[in-house]
Formats: sequence, C-alpha cells, structure tokens
Amino acid sequence: MKNTPNFNKSFTDSRALKSIFLSTITVLCAVGACIPLFSVLVMLIMRGGKRLSFELFYALPPTAFDTGGGFGNAIVGTLFMVGIAALIAVPFGILAAIYLAEFGENGKLAEIARFCAKTMTGIPSILAGVLAYAAVVMVTGTYSAIAGGVALSILMIPTIMLTAEESIKMVPSAMREAAVGMGCTKTQVMWKVMLPVAMPGMITGVMLAVARVSGETAPLLFTALFSDYWIFQGGAGDIMEPTASLAVLIYNFSGMPFENQIELAWAASLVLVTMVFIINIISRMLFQKKK
Amino acid sequence: MTSAQTATLTDDVVIDCKVDKIFYGNFLAVRDSDVPIYKNKITGFIGPSGCGKSTVLKSINRMNDLVRIFRFEGRIHFEGQDLYGTNVDPVSVRRHIGMVFQQPNPFSMSIYENVAFGLRLNRYKGDYDARVEEALRGAALWKEVKDKLQNNGMSLSGGQQQRLCIARAIATKPTVILMDEPCSALDPIATRQVEELMIGLKSEYTVVIVTHNMQQAQRVADKTAFFSVDISQGGRTGYLVEMNDTGKLFENPREQLTKEYLSGEFS
Amino acid sequence: MSASLSNQQQQNDGPIAVPPSSKDIFLDRTFRTFTTCFAWLTLLLIGYIVWEIGGTALPAIKEMGVGFLTGTTWDPNKGEFGILPQIWGTFYSSLLTLLLGGSFGIAIAVFLTQDFLPNKIQIVLKSTIELLAAIPSVVYGLWGIFVLIPLIRPVANWLHATLGWIPFFSTSLSGPGMFPAALVLSIMILPTVAAISQDALSAIPDKIKEAAYGMGTTRWEAILKVLLPTASRGIFGGLVLGFGRALGETMALAMLVGNSNQLSLSLFSPADTLAALLALNFPEASDYETQILMYAAVVLLFITLAVNIIGELIISYSERSGGKK
Repeated sequence: MKNTPNFNKSFTDSRALKSIFLSTITVLCAVGACIPLFSVLVMLIMRGGKRLSFELFYALPPTAFDTGGGFGNAIVGTLFMVGIAALIAVPFGILAAIYLAEFGENGKLAEIARFCAKTMTGIPSILAGVLAYAAVVMVTGTYSAIAGGVALSILMIPTIMLTAEESIKMVPSAMREAAVGMGCTKTQVMWKVMLPVAMPGMITGVMLAVARVSGETAPLLFTALFSDYWIFQGGAGDIMEPTASLAVLIYNFSGMPFENQIELAWAASLVLVTMVFIINIISRMLFQKKK
Repeated sequence: MTSAQTATLTDDVVIDCKVDKIFYGNFLAVRDSDVPIYKNKITGFIGPSGCGKSTVLKSINRMNDLVRIFRFEGRIHFEGQDLYGTNVDPVSVRRHIGMVFQQPNPFSMSIYENVAFGLRLNRYKGDYDARVEEALRGAALWKEVKDKLQNNGMSLSGGQQQRLCIARAIATKPTVILMDEPCSALDPIATRQVEELMIGLKSEYTVVIVTHNMQQAQRVADKTAFFSVDISQGGRTGYLVEMNDTGKLFENPREQLTKEYLSGEFS
Repeated sequence: MSASLSNQQQQNDGPIAVPPSSKDIFLDRTFRTFTTCFAWLTLLLIGYIVWEIGGTALPAIKEMGVGFLTGTTWDPNKGEFGILPQIWGTFYSSLLTLLLGGSFGIAIAVFLTQDFLPNKIQIVLKSTIELLAAIPSVVYGLWGIFVLIPLIRPVANWLHATLGWIPFFSTSLSGPGMFPAALVLSIMILPTVAAISQDALSAIPDKIKEAAYGMGTTRWEAILKVLLPTASRGIFGGLVLGFGRALGETMALAMLVGNSNQLSLSLFSPADTLAALLALNFPEASDYETQILMYAAVVLLFITLAVNIIGELIISYSERSGGKK
C-alpha cells in the first residue's frame, strides 16, 4: 500500500468547515452593517416623506400645540452659517495646503502643520462649539450666526486642508518640472499649472467638508442656539442674533411630546439627508471623472 | 540679465561649463568636467548610467536647484555671466535656456495654450497665433495638429507630445535647448522624427542632448562628451573622460576607457 | 496668414525671453510668505483652542482641583460638581462601541479587500458603507429614539429577566440607555474603521499573499495568520481613531444615553458622557457654571487629543515601516 496524498476536495474536514464558518460570519457582518442604513433611509422616506409639502420650506416652526408649520428659517440659517464657515475655511485650508504640498518643501514647519491638521480632524465637534462660545459668544455677549459659522469653520479647515494637499500632490511631477523648466516662478508654477489640474480634487474636498458640517448639531447648540424667526427680516439680515438651523431643529423637536413637532423633525431629517447626499454624490462624480 | 547683444566670450562657445564638484548632500555626484557648448551645434552627452550626464545637463539651467541638498562648485558662463553667481535668479536662467524632458510632459491644457504658455509667461507683445504656428512648424507638428489646436495636449500620442514639448520650448526662442534623453520613452518611428527635428533645429538653436543610445549620439551630435563613473573611492562619482567632434570620438578615441565603452566592453 | 507670419518674424527677431518682471517677483514673494503664514496659523489655531478653553476653565480648575474628576454629584443648586460618572460613561460607551463597531468594521474590510465579491458589488457595498458616514449624527439620534430603542427593548428586558444576575444585564431598559447609544455609535464609527483597515489590507504587497497561498493555506488561514497580522498596525491605528471619534461624539449620546448621573456596569441603565453633559448644560449655564463646564471641556479635549495623537503616530509609523515597498 502506497501512502499517496489525497488531493480531493472535502467539505467535511475541519479546515474547510472553519473557512465556511468564517465566510458566513463576514457576509453577515457586511449585510448587518447595511441594515441600519436602509432602515434609516426607509424611515426617512416613510415618516418624513409623509409630511413633505411646500409649506415646510417657507413656514416658520410651530409653537407647542400648533398644527402645520415648517422650517424655512432653519434651512436659510443652515445655508447661511455653512456659508460663513466656508468663507473662513476655504481660503485658510487651501493656502495652508499649498504650503504643505509645495512651498514647505517637506520641511519641519510643513510636517508639524500637517500633524496639527490631522490632530484637529479628531477634535470632537462639541469642542469646536465650546471654543466658539468662549471666543465669540462670551466676547460679543450674544448667541449669533457668526459664532455658529466660526464653530463650523473649525471643523472644516483640517478636512479642506488635507484633501487639498492630497490633490496638489497628485499633480504629476513631470508637469511641475516642465513649468519650472520654462522659467516660472514658484507662484506661477502653482497658479498656472498645478492648481488648474488639482482643482477638481480640491472642489471635492470642499464639498465633502460642506456636506459634513451641514449636518453638525453639537457646535451650534450653544453658539447659534435656535430661533423661531427668519434671519433676514425686512430685507436686512441680523447676523448677531440667535439663528435657526435644521440640525438643531431636529434635536429640539425630537425631544418634544407633540406629534406635529416629531413629524417635522423627520421631515427636516429627510431634507437634511437629501441635501447631504446630493452634495456627496456630486463631489464623488466630480472626483471619479477626473480619475 | 543684461541684453542679448553682449558679445560672447569665446566666439562660438555659448556656454562655458566648468564643473569642479557637484554634491547631493555629502555624496559627490560629479567631479572635474569641463564641457564647452558650441553655438548652433548639437552636443551629445553619453556614458553609462549613473555617470552624471543628466546631473551636468540639469545644472546648466539650474533645474537641480529643485533638489534641496544639491550643491554646485565651479562655474557656468553663459553670455558673459556666471549662472551660479550670487545675484543670478534661476528663474531668469530657465527662460533663456529651454528644456525638454525624458518623459513628454505637456500641461493639461489645449495644444495652443501649451505652446503659448511661455509667451504669456514672458508677456510677449506680438502676434500669438503666428508665433504658435511658427513654433509648431518648427517642431514638425503643425500639419498634424492645425485642425485641433483646442484639444488637450495630453490627448496626443507619445511622440506628438514630445514634439509639442519641443514646440513649447522653442516658442520663446531660447538661446539653448537642453534635452534629457528625449527619445527614451518613444518608439523607433517617433524617435526618428524627433532626431530629424533636432538636426533641423540647429540652424537656429544650440542643442545639448543627453542620451544613453550611442547610435543616437552618432546620428545627431556634432560634438560628443563621454562621461564615466569612478568607483575607486567607494562612491559613484561621475566625471568627463573626453570630449571631441563626434566623428573623431567614435572612430579614434584618445582614452582607453572610451574605446572600451564604445566597443561594448562595459556599460 | 503666411504673409503676416513673415512680417511678424521680422518684427520679433530678438529672443522673447525676458526676466520675470518685478511684479512677478513681488507676487511670488508675497504669495509664498502668505501661504507660510497660513501654515503657521494652523499651529496657532491648535494652540489657541487649548489656550482659550483652558484659560476660561482656569478659575474652575484652581477652585475645584482634582476633586472635580472624582466627584460623583452634579447639582448646580447645591453647587456640587463632579464628573466621574461622565468620565466613566465616556470610556464605557466608547469601549462598547469599539468592540461592536471595530469587529464589524474589520470584518467588512476583509470582506471588501479579499476578493469575496465581484468587483461591481464590491464598489456598491463600499459606497454604501461610505454613505453611512455621511448621515448626520442627529438623524441617527432621531432614528435611535423612534426605531432602535423600541426594537431592542423587548430583547433587553428579556435578557434582564432571565440573566439579571450578570452585572451587564442588571437593570431593565426603560428607554434611553448605554446599549442603544453604543449601538448607534458603532454604526457611526464603522465607516472609519472599515476605511482605514481596507487601506492597511490593500497596502500589503501581493507577493506576501502569494507566499501564503504557496505554502498551502486556505483563504482564511492566509487572512488570519498572514494578512491581518501584517496589517495589524494600520488596523490598530484605525481602531484608535474610531475610539477617538466615539469619545467625542455628542448628539447620538445626548439623545440616546439618558443623561443620568450614574456609575453602572449595566448595559441597559441610563448614563452620561462628557460630551452629552456639555451639550445639555451649556445653553442654560450661568457664568459660574460655564467655567465649570469649560473644565469638563478641557478634560474631554485632553482625552481626545491624547487618543488621536497616539492613533496618528501609530498610523504614520506603520506607513513608514510597512507600507512602502
């Protein structure tokens, strides 16, 4: 009797069983992770969609026992504060990124600044609110859209900076060399050759940062607070007044014992998530097209 | 930089390049290489890999300044000035000495804008269309692209891209054009076209070309400089072995080392 | 065209190159200095955050000292403040999150990188997971209140009834509590862990996988014995970053954890965290209370900074030693 090795497939030996077992668990994990997403989406469409109407977008939030109402002022407030944040964070992030990617020449300052930016991405969003509270609310003595915008900008800066740096670094170095060889100053190399090529990537980064902060609640809770009124009244906006936002509205209304308010919270969530998803998807398409 | 009318020092030497030492950090990359570049001639740099021929070439238009640890000892005279003098702006140097790179590297913009790039950079006041056409004709590319000037430069084939890069370089009429292995990324047909182009260019320009291909040097170069590597002191330091008219260098080299290299005994 | 061409040639027969104009040089210097300033500003910003929050908290830190960290009551009426339950709640919820979100995240990373799926489904699944990260936390909070808690309450209460002697199940779930909060948090950190683990796994050169298969391993033996250990430092860094996110996450906790000043091991009892404490008390705080809350913010800042810096160092260290070929 020769002792020949057995090459046949077997589904019963312990190695095969273990493999099948582990594969099953992984599949379950992956499917399990998708369930919450679908559940959230289904609930948003069912409960939020039920309430969806034109009134939501122009009416003011209802008082306790009111019926109807909407959150027009919160949509405007969110857009306005995200706008302020972008106004601060986009120039800051991109200029710093240009230094990190190019002018810093991988020196000490660039390295430390990059590390600081990475550390900042990990700062809890509520602490951005605490900072804006100390730096703006306590100084000006009032909750305001400015304070909310500053808080959000703290969250946007590192994201924009790191993605912009990444996209500048992705510009082929051959192109950079060509520009240097033509006799461009460093600034001309950057503006004429590198930035146009890096632009889609940088826009993607900005859009993702915008999408992220539009849903932020914690930094607004005690900087912009909330308001039942429009930020623009009689043509003039008052940016030094408490300002409504979709996210804070969802939070406030979710804890109320009134069915009308809870329905509005779902509808506001649907609007917010739709906004965020649209920005996300557009920015991803932009990025993929470039790649 | 003063005006272009300054008489050159030696009549037909445009660039008088005397390298004593080139360092990268503590590493001595090149030593003792004097290579005069003659007007309206093609000068070829040949030699085994790592012999510093590209390093010397890139020192001429100060591209090596991009490398932070680069250090140059010696002098390179161009139109009566030392390019490594204390008051020299490397950016200005590069505007007078154009460069074509190993990999074709057109900018991600239209063919027209690629060629007009240098003109805009130098705030050229004349007729852009005419100058672009002239440069593209000079690079033997006009016929192929004249109907698609607005297409992106990156959409061209490799050989066309390289000719576009040459057009971009000659659009500003630089005095000297440096070419760093311009054909190494191209197929034989495109190589042939670029070589013919180089020979056509020399009536107006002075060309320096680095090549690892000895036949190419033989085909296009008027003068050839042969570099080699000295590994005696434990490092890998490149140096100039000899420089001569191409015909003389290939048929009757003065140095034993050159003879061995040309006959393929080492590479 | 050709006629004008020859004219043009004659007019412009000198070299075209001119040195950069003084305007160009001025712009170049200014712009470069400008960007350098912004790089410095990044450093200053971090310093400013620490200084501003720390400075505002300073009176409270001086007054309350370390006792603040070990006190267990929070009663503005009596003027007694302590955040031990919040510190406990912060770490307990984050550890639970790490356990749940971490294991799911790694499993998904393996699933997405080791050719279990056709390419197309893989991309769909990957973007689905990325979308999970895009949903704002307040929406997860809303979903937690109205969907998740009612769903898990019967299960939780059954566990309490039958296994109540185990400390983890020692209370019933009456509404908000530690477990639903941690569950929602795990969904929120899952994309972070999955993304970083995927990067770590796909950074492994193919030759290492081939070597394992060449030795006759099954797919899972290769994954468990070769690939995961090779990627372990990157995965660990991802877990630390996920942990950092969980420590600082506010809304899901403020809405789901119950905000009750308790020190309990039970998964179903309400609890509190530092971030939730800040969120709930800041809007109505008096000046004095604000200083005390700032102290709590300082504690949170230092915990998250420490965790994030460690995670960042681990990732960059593993990139330097393992990632490069």
